[in-house]
Amino acid sequence: MIKSNLFVGLIRTLRGIGHDFSKRIWRLGAGARLFGLTLAYSGESFRRFHLTIREVYFTGVLSLIIILVSAFFVGMVLALQGYYTLQKYGSSESIGVLVALSLLRELGPVVTALLFAGRAGTAITAEIGLMKATEQLSAMEMMAVSPISRVIAPRFWAGVIAMPVLATLFSMVGILGGYLVAVPLIGVDAGAFWSQMQANVDWQFDILNGVIKSLVFGVACTMIALFEGYDAPPTAEGVSRATTRTVVTSSLAILGLDFVLTSFMISM
Amino acid sequence: MNPNIVELDNLSFGYKNRMLHQGINMVFPRGKVIAIMGGSGSGKTTLLRLIGGQLKPSKGEARVDGQVVHKQSRDGIYRLRRKMGMLFQQGALFTDLSVYENVAFPMREHTDLPESMIHDLVLLKLNAVGLRGAHKLMPTELSGGMARRVALARAIALDPDIIMYDEPFAGLDPISMAVICELIRTLNDALGATSIIVSHDVKETFTIADYVYFVANGVVAAEGTPDDLRKSDLPFVHQFVHAEKDGPVPFHYAAGDYKQDLLGFEAK
Repeated sequence: MIKSNLFVGLIRTLRGIGHDFSKRIWRLGAGARLFGLTLAYSGESFRRFHLTIREVYFTGVLSLIIILVSAFFVGMVLALQGYYTLQKYGSSESIGVLVALSLLRELGPVVTALLFAGRAGTAITAEIGLMKATEQLSAMEMMAVSPISRVIAPRFWAGVIAMPVLATLFSMVGILGGYLVAVPLIGVDAGAFWSQMQANVDWQFDILNGVIKSLVFGVACTMIALFEGYDAPPTAEGVSRATTRTVVTSSLAILGLDFVLTSFMISM
Repeated sequence: MNPNIVELDNLSFGYKNRMLHQGINMVFPRGKVIAIMGGSGSGKTTLLRLIGGQLKPSKGEARVDGQVVHKQSRDGIYRLRRKMGMLFQQGALFTDLSVYENVAFPMREHTDLPESMIHDLVLLKLNAVGLRGAHKLMPTELSGGMARRVALARAIALDPDIIMYDEPFAGLDPISMAVICELIRTLNDALGATSIIVSHDVKETFTIADYVYFVANGVVAAEGTPDDLRKSDLPFVHQFVHAEKDGPVPFHYAAGDYKQDLLGFEAK
Protein backbone atom coordinates (compact mmCIF):
# COMPACT_ATOMS: atom_id res chain seq x y z
CA MET A 1 0.00 0.00 0.00
CA ILE A 2 2.79 2.44 1.01
CA LYS A 3 4.79 1.42 -2.05
CA SER A 4 1.84 2.07 -4.30
CA ASN A 5 1.25 5.51 -2.70
CA LEU A 6 4.92 6.36 -3.21
CA PHE A 7 4.70 5.29 -6.82
CA VAL A 8 1.60 7.42 -7.41
CA GLY A 9 3.30 10.37 -5.70
CA LEU A 10 6.40 9.92 -7.85
CA ILE A 11 4.35 9.78 -11.03
CA ARG A 12 2.48 12.94 -9.99
CA THR A 13 5.73 14.76 -9.26
CA LEU A 14 7.23 13.72 -12.59
CA ARG A 15 4.04 14.75 -14.38
CA GLY A 16 4.14 18.11 -12.60
CA ILE A 17 7.77 18.66 -13.62
CA GLY A 18 6.98 17.68 -17.20
CA HIS A 19 3.97 19.99 -17.29
CA ASP A 20 5.95 22.88 -15.84
CA PHE A 21 8.82 22.28 -18.26
CA SER A 22 6.58 22.07 -21.35
CA LYS A 23 4.76 25.25 -20.21
CA ARG A 24 8.06 27.09 -19.97
CA ILE A 25 9.11 25.86 -23.41
CA TRP A 26 5.75 26.98 -24.79
CA ARG A 27 6.18 30.43 -23.24
CA LEU A 28 9.70 30.66 -24.64
CA GLY A 29 8.31 29.90 -28.10
CA ALA A 30 5.48 32.40 -27.67
CA GLY A 31 8.00 35.03 -26.55
CA ALA A 32 10.23 34.32 -29.56
CA ARG A 33 7.18 34.59 -31.84
CA LEU A 34 6.26 37.97 -30.33
CA PHE A 35 9.88 39.11 -30.80
CA GLY A 36 9.75 38.05 -34.46
CA LEU A 37 6.43 39.82 -34.98
CA THR A 38 7.75 42.93 -33.25
CA LEU A 39 10.69 43.06 -35.66
CA ALA A 40 8.39 42.37 -38.62
CA TYR A 41 6.03 45.21 -37.63
CA SER A 42 8.83 47.64 -36.81
CA GLY A 43 8.65 49.18 -40.28
CA GLU A 44 5.02 50.19 -39.70
CA SER A 45 5.92 51.54 -36.29
CA PHE A 46 8.90 53.57 -37.61
CA ARG A 47 6.49 55.40 -39.90
CA ARG A 48 4.93 56.75 -36.69
CA PHE A 49 8.21 57.45 -34.97
CA HIS A 50 6.61 60.02 -32.65
CA LEU A 51 5.12 57.05 -30.76
CA THR A 52 8.63 55.68 -30.13
CA ILE A 53 9.85 59.12 -29.04
CA ARG A 54 6.94 59.35 -26.62
CA GLU A 55 7.85 55.97 -25.15
CA VAL A 56 11.53 56.96 -24.87
CA TYR A 57 10.26 59.74 -22.61
CA PHE A 58 8.21 57.35 -20.47
CA THR A 59 10.78 54.57 -20.22
CA GLY A 60 14.02 56.55 -20.49
CA VAL A 61 13.58 60.11 -19.32
CA LEU A 62 11.34 59.20 -16.39
CA SER A 63 13.91 56.58 -15.28
CA LEU A 64 16.68 59.20 -15.19
CA ILE A 65 16.27 60.18 -11.54
CA ILE A 66 16.57 56.66 -10.11
CA ILE A 67 19.41 55.79 -12.53
CA LEU A 68 21.46 58.93 -11.88
CA VAL A 69 21.02 58.95 -8.11
CA SER A 70 21.93 55.25 -7.92
CA ALA A 71 24.93 55.85 -10.19
CA PHE A 72 26.18 58.63 -7.93
CA PHE A 73 26.05 56.45 -4.83
CA VAL A 74 27.49 53.41 -6.60
CA GLY A 75 30.43 55.54 -7.81
CA MET A 76 31.03 56.93 -4.33
CA VAL A 77 30.94 53.49 -2.71
CA LEU A 78 33.27 52.10 -5.40
CA ALA A 79 35.78 54.86 -4.68
CA LEU A 80 35.64 54.26 -0.94
CA GLN A 81 35.96 50.48 -1.21
CA GLY A 82 38.59 50.75 -3.96
CA TYR A 83 40.73 53.21 -2.00
CA TYR A 84 40.60 51.04 1.11
CA THR A 85 42.00 48.07 -0.83
CA LEU A 86 44.39 49.93 -3.16
CA GLN A 87 46.13 51.88 -0.42
CA LYS A 88 47.31 48.58 1.07
CA TYR A 89 49.36 48.08 -2.08
CA GLY A 90 50.43 51.70 -2.42
CA SER A 91 48.53 52.27 -5.62
CA SER A 92 45.74 54.54 -4.46
CA GLU A 93 46.31 56.75 -7.56
CA SER A 94 44.78 53.96 -9.62
CA ILE A 95 41.41 54.57 -7.97
CA GLY A 96 40.17 56.43 -11.06
CA VAL A 97 40.89 53.42 -13.29
CA LEU A 98 39.20 51.04 -10.87
CA VAL A 99 36.06 53.15 -10.67
CA ALA A 100 35.91 53.74 -14.44
CA LEU A 101 36.54 50.13 -15.45
CA SER A 102 34.10 48.72 -12.89
CA LEU A 103 31.41 51.07 -14.11
CA LEU A 104 32.01 50.91 -17.85
CA ARG A 105 32.52 47.16 -18.12
CA GLU A 106 30.08 45.81 -15.56
CA LEU A 107 28.20 47.96 -13.12
CA GLY A 108 27.00 50.57 -15.61
CA PRO A 109 25.21 48.18 -17.97
CA VAL A 110 24.16 45.63 -15.32
CA VAL A 111 22.86 47.95 -12.59
CA THR A 112 21.16 50.18 -15.16
CA ALA A 113 19.41 47.16 -16.65
CA LEU A 114 18.35 45.90 -13.22
CA LEU A 115 16.98 49.33 -12.29
CA PHE A 116 15.35 49.65 -15.72
CA ALA A 117 13.61 46.29 -15.24
CA GLY A 118 12.32 47.40 -11.86
CA ARG A 119 11.22 50.85 -12.90
CA ALA A 120 10.35 50.85 -16.61
CA GLY A 121 9.89 47.10 -17.21
CA THR A 122 7.21 46.75 -14.55
CA ALA A 123 5.45 49.86 -15.84
CA ILE A 124 5.41 48.43 -19.38
CA THR A 125 4.06 45.05 -18.21
CA ALA A 126 1.38 46.60 -16.02
CA GLU A 127 0.31 49.05 -18.73
CA ILE A 128 0.00 46.42 -21.45
CA GLY A 129 -1.60 43.90 -19.07
CA LEU A 130 -4.21 46.47 -18.09
CA MET A 131 -4.76 47.48 -21.71
CA LYS A 132 -5.52 43.82 -22.36
CA ALA A 133 -7.74 43.48 -19.29
CA THR A 134 -9.76 46.57 -20.27
CA GLU A 135 -10.09 45.33 -23.87
CA GLN A 136 -8.08 48.24 -25.30
CA LEU A 137 -5.95 45.83 -27.33
CA SER A 138 -9.06 44.02 -28.61
CA ALA A 139 -10.62 47.38 -29.50
CA MET A 140 -7.49 48.26 -31.48
CA GLU A 141 -7.65 44.90 -33.29
CA MET A 142 -11.31 45.50 -34.13
CA MET A 143 -10.37 48.91 -35.55
CA ALA A 144 -8.03 47.07 -37.94
CA VAL A 145 -4.97 48.45 -36.14
CA SER A 146 -2.32 45.95 -35.11
CA PRO A 147 -1.49 46.30 -31.38
CA ILE A 148 1.97 44.96 -32.19
CA SER A 149 2.79 47.82 -34.53
CA ARG A 150 0.95 50.47 -32.47
CA VAL A 151 1.72 49.40 -28.88
CA ILE A 152 4.45 46.75 -28.74
CA ALA A 153 6.99 47.85 -31.37
CA PRO A 154 7.27 51.52 -30.26
CA ARG A 155 7.85 50.45 -26.66
CA PHE A 156 10.40 47.85 -27.76
CA TRP A 157 12.48 50.33 -29.75
CA ALA A 158 12.15 52.93 -27.01
CA GLY A 159 13.67 50.45 -24.54
CA VAL A 160 16.44 49.53 -26.97
CA ILE A 161 17.28 53.21 -27.53
CA ALA A 162 16.97 54.26 -23.88
CA MET A 163 19.05 51.52 -22.25
CA PRO A 164 22.52 52.31 -23.74
CA VAL A 165 21.95 56.03 -23.16
CA LEU A 166 20.96 55.40 -19.54
CA ALA A 167 23.91 53.02 -19.01
CA THR A 168 26.33 55.61 -20.43
CA LEU A 169 24.88 58.30 -18.18
CA PHE A 170 25.09 55.87 -15.25
CA SER A 171 28.81 55.34 -15.87
CA MET A 172 29.44 59.09 -16.29
CA VAL A 173 27.65 60.05 -13.08
CA GLY A 174 29.22 57.09 -11.26
CA ILE A 175 32.69 58.31 -12.25
CA LEU A 176 31.74 61.79 -11.05
CA GLY A 177 30.61 60.31 -7.70
CA GLY A 178 33.87 58.36 -7.48
CA TYR A 179 35.84 61.52 -8.26
CA LEU A 180 34.07 63.51 -5.53
CA VAL A 181 34.92 60.87 -2.91
CA ALA A 182 38.45 60.12 -4.12
CA VAL A 183 39.74 63.63 -4.83
CA PRO A 184 38.09 66.30 -2.62
CA LEU A 185 37.19 63.91 0.23
CA ILE A 186 40.10 61.44 0.46
CA GLY A 187 42.72 63.63 -1.13
CA VAL A 188 43.86 61.54 -4.11
CA ASP A 189 45.64 63.69 -6.71
CA ALA A 190 43.17 64.89 -9.35
CA GLY A 191 45.76 64.66 -12.14
CA ALA A 192 46.58 61.03 -11.25
CA PHE A 193 42.87 60.20 -11.01
CA TRP A 194 42.07 61.42 -14.53
CA SER A 195 45.36 60.63 -16.32
CA GLN A 196 45.45 57.01 -15.15
CA MET A 197 41.85 56.65 -16.22
CA GLN A 198 42.62 58.12 -19.63
CA ALA A 199 45.64 55.87 -20.07
CA ASN A 200 43.99 52.63 -19.03
CA VAL A 201 40.44 52.80 -20.30
CA ASP A 202 40.26 51.36 -23.81
CA TRP A 203 37.68 52.82 -26.18
CA GLN A 204 36.70 49.55 -27.81
CA PHE A 205 37.33 46.95 -25.12
CA ASP A 206 35.85 48.92 -22.23
CA ILE A 207 33.49 51.58 -23.52
CA LEU A 208 32.10 49.98 -26.70
CA ASN A 209 31.70 46.57 -25.07
CA GLY A 210 29.77 48.19 -22.23
CA VAL A 211 27.47 49.85 -24.73
CA ILE A 212 26.98 46.53 -26.58
CA LYS A 213 26.09 44.86 -23.29
CA SER A 214 23.52 47.51 -22.45
CA LEU A 215 22.06 47.23 -25.95
CA VAL A 216 21.57 43.47 -25.49
CA PHE A 217 20.12 44.05 -22.02
CA GLY A 218 17.79 46.63 -23.55
CA VAL A 219 16.47 44.09 -26.05
CA ALA A 220 16.08 41.38 -23.38
CA CYS A 221 14.54 43.54 -20.64
CA THR A 222 12.07 45.33 -22.88
CA MET A 223 11.02 42.19 -24.70
CA ILE A 224 10.46 40.30 -21.42
CA ALA A 225 8.37 43.19 -20.06
CA LEU A 226 6.34 43.40 -23.27
CA PHE A 227 5.76 39.66 -23.50
CA GLU A 228 4.72 39.34 -19.86
CA GLY A 229 2.20 42.16 -20.32
CA TYR A 230 0.89 40.83 -23.63
CA ASP A 231 0.60 37.28 -22.27
CA ALA A 232 -0.85 38.24 -18.88
CA PRO A 233 -4.26 36.78 -17.95
CA PRO A 234 -6.68 39.74 -18.12
CA THR A 235 -7.34 39.87 -14.38
CA ALA A 236 -5.93 41.88 -11.46
CA GLU A 237 -4.10 38.80 -10.20
CA GLY A 238 -2.82 37.97 -13.70
CA VAL A 239 -1.35 41.44 -14.18
CA SER A 240 0.25 41.49 -10.73
CA ARG A 241 1.85 38.07 -11.29
CA ALA A 242 3.08 39.16 -14.73
CA THR A 243 4.66 42.27 -13.22
CA THR A 244 6.50 40.18 -10.65
CA ARG A 245 7.65 37.75 -13.36
CA THR A 246 9.02 40.68 -15.37
CA VAL A 247 11.38 41.66 -12.55
CA VAL A 248 12.45 38.09 -11.75
CA THR A 249 12.94 36.96 -15.36
CA SER A 250 14.62 40.20 -16.44
CA SER A 251 17.04 40.14 -13.50
CA LEU A 252 18.03 36.51 -14.17
CA ALA A 253 18.31 37.18 -17.90
CA ILE A 254 20.53 40.22 -17.31
CA LEU A 255 22.90 38.35 -15.01
CA GLY A 256 22.99 35.28 -17.25
CA LEU A 257 23.52 37.32 -20.41
CA ASP A 258 26.19 39.36 -18.65
CA PHE A 259 28.22 36.22 -18.02
CA VAL A 260 27.80 35.01 -21.62
CA LEU A 261 28.67 38.41 -23.12
CA THR A 262 31.66 38.92 -20.81
CA SER A 263 32.99 35.47 -21.75
CA PHE A 264 32.70 36.33 -25.45
CA MET A 265 34.26 39.73 -25.04
CA ILE A 266 37.20 38.45 -23.04
CA SER A 267 37.82 35.53 -25.41
CA MET A 268 37.83 37.93 -28.37
CA MET B 1 -26.21 42.79 -53.63
CA ASN B 2 -26.69 40.25 -50.84
CA PRO B 3 -29.53 41.56 -48.62
CA ASN B 4 -27.73 40.16 -45.56
CA ILE B 5 -24.55 41.92 -44.59
CA VAL B 6 -23.62 39.24 -42.02
CA GLU B 7 -24.49 35.54 -42.13
CA LEU B 8 -23.64 32.80 -39.65
CA ASP B 9 -23.88 29.46 -41.37
CA ASN B 10 -23.92 26.29 -39.25
CA LEU B 11 -21.36 27.92 -36.98
CA SER B 12 -19.80 25.87 -34.19
CA PHE B 13 -17.19 27.02 -31.75
CA GLY B 14 -15.70 25.60 -28.58
CA TYR B 15 -12.76 25.61 -26.23
CA LYS B 16 -10.93 22.28 -25.84
CA ASN B 17 -13.61 19.66 -25.00
CA ARG B 18 -16.45 22.13 -24.35
CA MET B 19 -18.50 23.24 -27.35
CA LEU B 20 -19.97 26.70 -26.82
CA HIS B 21 -21.94 26.87 -30.08
CA GLN B 22 -23.23 23.98 -32.13
CA GLY B 23 -24.54 24.82 -35.57
CA ILE B 24 -25.69 28.42 -35.16
CA ASN B 25 -27.56 29.92 -38.13
CA MET B 26 -28.30 33.64 -38.15
CA VAL B 27 -28.76 36.34 -40.77
CA PHE B 28 -28.35 40.07 -40.28
CA PRO B 29 -30.16 42.04 -43.01
CA ARG B 30 -28.76 45.41 -44.06
CA GLY B 31 -30.17 48.43 -42.27
CA LYS B 32 -31.73 46.48 -39.40
CA VAL B 33 -31.09 46.39 -35.66
CA ILE B 34 -30.68 42.73 -34.70
CA ALA B 35 -30.26 41.56 -31.12
CA ILE B 36 -28.57 38.40 -29.85
CA MET B 37 -29.87 37.59 -26.39
CA GLY B 38 -29.20 34.88 -23.88
CA GLY B 39 -28.03 34.26 -20.36
CA SER B 40 -24.56 35.02 -19.04
CA GLY B 41 -21.99 32.61 -20.43
CA SER B 42 -24.16 31.56 -23.38
CA GLY B 43 -21.47 32.76 -25.81
CA LYS B 44 -23.10 35.92 -27.15
CA THR B 45 -19.91 37.99 -27.09
CA THR B 46 -18.07 35.06 -28.66
CA LEU B 47 -20.40 35.36 -31.65
CA LEU B 48 -19.32 39.00 -32.09
CA ARG B 49 -15.68 37.92 -31.92
CA LEU B 50 -16.35 35.26 -34.56
CA ILE B 51 -17.94 37.87 -36.82
CA GLY B 52 -14.99 40.20 -36.21
CA GLY B 53 -12.49 37.46 -36.99
CA GLN B 54 -10.89 37.51 -33.54
CA LEU B 55 -11.80 33.84 -33.13
CA LYS B 56 -11.89 30.99 -35.62
CA PRO B 57 -14.95 28.69 -35.77
CA SER B 58 -14.53 24.95 -35.22
CA LYS B 59 -17.08 24.27 -37.95
CA GLY B 60 -19.24 26.32 -40.29
CA GLU B 61 -18.53 29.92 -41.21
CA ALA B 62 -19.28 33.56 -40.54
CA ARG B 63 -19.66 35.68 -43.68
CA VAL B 64 -19.37 39.45 -43.77
CA ASP B 65 -20.43 41.12 -47.00
CA GLY B 66 -20.27 37.70 -48.69
CA GLN B 67 -16.71 36.97 -47.56
CA VAL B 68 -15.88 34.09 -45.23
CA VAL B 69 -14.18 35.77 -42.29
CA HIS B 70 -11.88 33.00 -41.07
CA LYS B 71 -10.53 32.29 -44.57
CA GLN B 72 -9.22 35.84 -44.97
CA SER B 73 -5.57 36.77 -44.66
CA ARG B 74 -4.60 39.31 -41.99
CA ASP B 75 -4.97 42.12 -44.53
CA GLY B 76 -8.32 40.71 -45.65
CA ILE B 77 -9.62 40.59 -42.08
CA TYR B 78 -8.40 44.14 -41.50
CA ARG B 79 -10.21 45.24 -44.69
CA LEU B 80 -13.42 43.66 -43.38
CA ARG B 81 -12.95 45.24 -39.97
CA ARG B 82 -12.79 48.66 -41.55
CA LYS B 83 -16.46 48.11 -42.38
CA MET B 84 -17.20 47.39 -38.72
CA GLY B 85 -17.41 49.46 -35.58
CA MET B 86 -17.57 47.82 -32.20
CA LEU B 87 -18.70 49.13 -28.86
CA PHE B 88 -17.09 47.12 -26.07
CA GLN B 89 -18.83 46.41 -22.79
CA GLN B 90 -16.70 48.84 -20.77
CA GLY B 91 -16.04 51.19 -23.66
CA ALA B 92 -12.37 50.15 -24.01
CA LEU B 93 -11.29 53.77 -24.48
CA PHE B 94 -7.55 54.33 -24.72
CA THR B 95 -6.77 55.71 -21.29
CA ASP B 96 -3.65 57.58 -22.42
CA LEU B 97 -5.60 59.57 -25.03
CA SER B 98 -8.17 62.34 -24.53
CA VAL B 99 -11.78 61.95 -25.64
CA TYR B 100 -10.94 63.92 -28.81
CA GLU B 101 -7.93 61.74 -29.61
CA ASN B 102 -9.89 58.55 -28.95
CA VAL B 103 -12.47 59.49 -31.57
CA ALA B 104 -9.77 60.74 -33.94
CA PHE B 105 -7.81 57.48 -33.53
CA PRO B 106 -9.42 55.44 -36.37
CA MET B 107 -9.31 58.47 -38.69
CA ARG B 108 -5.62 59.05 -38.06
CA GLU B 109 -4.87 55.34 -38.51
CA HIS B 110 -6.84 54.74 -41.71
CA THR B 111 -7.10 58.03 -43.55
CA ASP B 112 -4.84 60.85 -44.71
CA LEU B 113 -7.40 63.50 -43.88
CA PRO B 114 -6.04 66.95 -43.04
CA GLU B 115 -6.10 67.95 -39.37
CA SER B 116 -8.83 70.53 -39.94
CA MET B 117 -11.15 67.89 -41.39
CA ILE B 118 -10.36 65.41 -38.59
CA HIS B 119 -11.19 68.18 -36.13
CA ASP B 120 -14.60 68.80 -37.74
CA LEU B 121 -15.41 65.10 -38.05
CA VAL B 122 -14.47 64.37 -34.43
CA LEU B 123 -16.68 67.21 -33.19
CA LEU B 124 -19.51 66.02 -35.45
CA LYS B 125 -19.30 62.48 -34.06
CA LEU B 126 -19.07 63.73 -30.48
CA ASN B 127 -22.00 66.05 -31.09
CA ALA B 128 -24.03 63.09 -32.35
CA VAL B 129 -23.57 61.41 -28.96
CA GLY B 130 -24.05 64.68 -27.07
CA LEU B 131 -20.49 64.99 -25.80
CA ARG B 132 -18.92 67.69 -27.97
CA GLY B 133 -18.30 69.71 -24.82
CA ALA B 134 -16.31 66.86 -23.27
CA HIS B 135 -13.72 66.57 -26.04
CA LYS B 136 -10.86 67.79 -23.86
CA LEU B 137 -11.53 65.37 -20.99
CA MET B 138 -9.55 62.23 -20.33
CA PRO B 139 -11.38 58.86 -20.14
CA THR B 140 -10.78 58.70 -16.37
CA GLU B 141 -12.84 61.88 -15.98
CA LEU B 142 -15.93 60.35 -17.62
CA SER B 143 -18.82 58.51 -16.01
CA GLY B 144 -19.68 54.98 -17.23
CA GLY B 145 -22.45 56.26 -19.48
CA MET B 146 -20.30 59.04 -20.95
CA ALA B 147 -17.45 56.61 -21.62
CA ARG B 148 -19.87 54.32 -23.45
CA ARG B 149 -21.06 57.27 -25.58
CA VAL B 150 -17.50 58.33 -26.44
CA ALA B 151 -16.77 54.73 -27.39
CA LEU B 152 -19.85 54.83 -29.59
CA ALA B 153 -18.60 58.01 -31.26
CA ARG B 154 -15.28 56.23 -31.88
CA ALA B 155 -17.07 53.14 -33.24
CA ILE B 156 -18.91 55.26 -35.84
CA ALA B 157 -15.87 57.43 -36.64
CA LEU B 158 -15.41 55.92 -40.10
CA ASP B 159 -19.15 55.49 -40.84
CA PRO B 160 -19.10 51.69 -40.66
CA ASP B 161 -21.59 49.41 -42.41
CA ILE B 162 -21.90 47.20 -39.31
CA ILE B 163 -21.97 48.40 -35.71
CA MET B 164 -21.60 45.73 -33.03
CA TYR B 165 -22.59 46.44 -29.45
CA ASP B 166 -21.37 44.20 -26.64
CA GLU B 167 -23.72 44.61 -23.66
CA PRO B 168 -24.30 48.32 -24.31
CA PHE B 169 -26.70 48.72 -21.36
CA ALA B 170 -24.77 46.85 -18.67
CA GLY B 171 -24.13 48.84 -15.51
CA LEU B 172 -25.77 52.07 -16.68
CA ASP B 173 -28.20 54.27 -14.77
CA PRO B 174 -31.73 54.55 -16.28
CA ILE B 175 -31.05 57.92 -17.94
CA SER B 176 -27.79 56.77 -19.59
CA MET B 177 -29.54 53.55 -20.61
CA ALA B 178 -32.32 55.48 -22.35
CA VAL B 179 -29.76 57.74 -24.06
CA ILE B 180 -27.72 54.79 -25.37
CA CYS B 181 -30.91 53.03 -26.45
CA GLU B 182 -32.04 56.00 -28.49
CA LEU B 183 -28.56 56.57 -29.93
CA ILE B 184 -28.29 53.00 -31.21
CA ARG B 185 -31.52 53.31 -33.16
CA THR B 186 -30.88 56.88 -34.38
CA LEU B 187 -27.31 56.24 -35.49
CA ASN B 188 -28.27 53.02 -37.20
CA ASP B 189 -30.95 54.77 -39.25
CA ALA B 190 -28.90 57.93 -39.90
CA LEU B 191 -25.83 56.01 -41.10
CA GLY B 192 -27.82 53.35 -42.94
CA ALA B 193 -25.80 50.77 -41.01
CA THR B 194 -26.68 47.37 -39.59
CA SER B 195 -26.53 47.04 -35.82
CA ILE B 196 -25.87 43.83 -33.92
CA ILE B 197 -26.63 44.11 -30.22
CA VAL B 198 -25.52 41.51 -27.73
CA SER B 199 -27.45 41.99 -24.52
CA HIS B 200 -29.46 40.39 -21.77
CA ASP B 201 -31.48 43.51 -20.99
CA VAL B 202 -34.88 42.54 -22.34
CA LYS B 203 -36.76 45.82 -21.93
CA GLU B 204 -34.26 48.10 -23.66
CA THR B 205 -33.30 45.63 -26.37
CA PHE B 206 -36.91 44.88 -27.28
CA THR B 207 -37.57 48.63 -27.62
CA ILE B 208 -35.09 49.10 -30.45
CA ALA B 209 -34.49 45.70 -32.06
CA ASP B 210 -36.15 44.73 -35.33
CA TYR B 211 -35.41 41.05 -34.82
CA VAL B 212 -34.10 39.00 -31.91
CA TYR B 213 -32.20 35.73 -31.66
CA PHE B 214 -32.16 33.84 -28.36
CA VAL B 215 -29.09 31.69 -27.77
CA ALA B 216 -29.14 28.90 -25.20
CA ASN B 217 -27.18 25.67 -24.82
CA GLY B 218 -25.11 26.50 -27.89
CA VAL B 219 -28.00 26.78 -30.33
CA VAL B 220 -30.56 29.37 -31.44
CA ALA B 221 -33.33 28.54 -28.98
CA ALA B 222 -35.82 31.03 -30.41
CA GLU B 223 -36.02 33.91 -32.84
CA GLY B 224 -38.51 36.48 -33.99
CA THR B 225 -39.60 40.07 -33.63
CA PRO B 226 -39.81 41.47 -30.10
CA ASP B 227 -43.63 41.26 -30.28
CA ASP B 228 -43.50 37.58 -31.30
CA LEU B 229 -41.13 36.78 -28.46
CA ARG B 230 -43.16 38.65 -25.85
CA LYS B 231 -46.08 36.39 -26.72
CA SER B 232 -43.98 33.24 -27.04
CA ASP B 233 -44.89 30.32 -24.79
CA LEU B 234 -41.55 28.57 -25.31
CA PRO B 235 -40.43 27.84 -21.72
CA PHE B 236 -36.93 29.33 -22.12
CA VAL B 237 -38.14 32.52 -23.81
CA HIS B 238 -40.94 32.90 -21.27
CA GLN B 239 -38.53 32.53 -18.35
CA PHE B 240 -36.06 34.98 -19.87
CA VAL B 241 -38.52 37.64 -21.03
CA HIS B 242 -40.45 37.59 -17.76
CA ALA B 243 -37.31 37.28 -15.62
CA GLU B 244 -38.49 34.16 -13.77
CA LYS B 245 -36.12 32.72 -11.19
CA ASP B 246 -36.57 29.06 -12.11
CA GLY B 247 -37.42 27.29 -15.32
CA PRO B 248 -35.48 25.62 -18.10
CA VAL B 249 -32.50 27.65 -16.88
CA PRO B 250 -32.20 26.24 -13.33
CA PHE B 251 -31.54 28.43 -10.30
CA HIS B 252 -28.99 25.93 -8.97
CA TYR B 253 -25.72 25.07 -10.64
CA ALA B 254 -25.50 21.28 -11.18
CA ALA B 255 -24.60 19.70 -7.84
CA GLY B 256 -24.75 16.39 -5.98
CA ASP B 257 -27.24 15.40 -3.29
CA TYR B 258 -27.78 18.31 -0.88
CA LYS B 259 -28.16 16.14 2.23
CA GLN B 260 -25.12 14.09 1.30
CA ASP B 261 -23.05 17.27 0.81
CA LEU B 262 -24.04 18.60 4.24
CA LEU B 263 -23.49 15.32 6.09
CA GLY B 264 -20.42 14.43 4.08
CA PHE B 265 -18.39 17.13 5.86
CA GLU B 266 -18.73 15.31 9.20
CA ALA B 267 -17.85 11.98 7.60
CA LYS B 268 -14.57 13.48 6.39
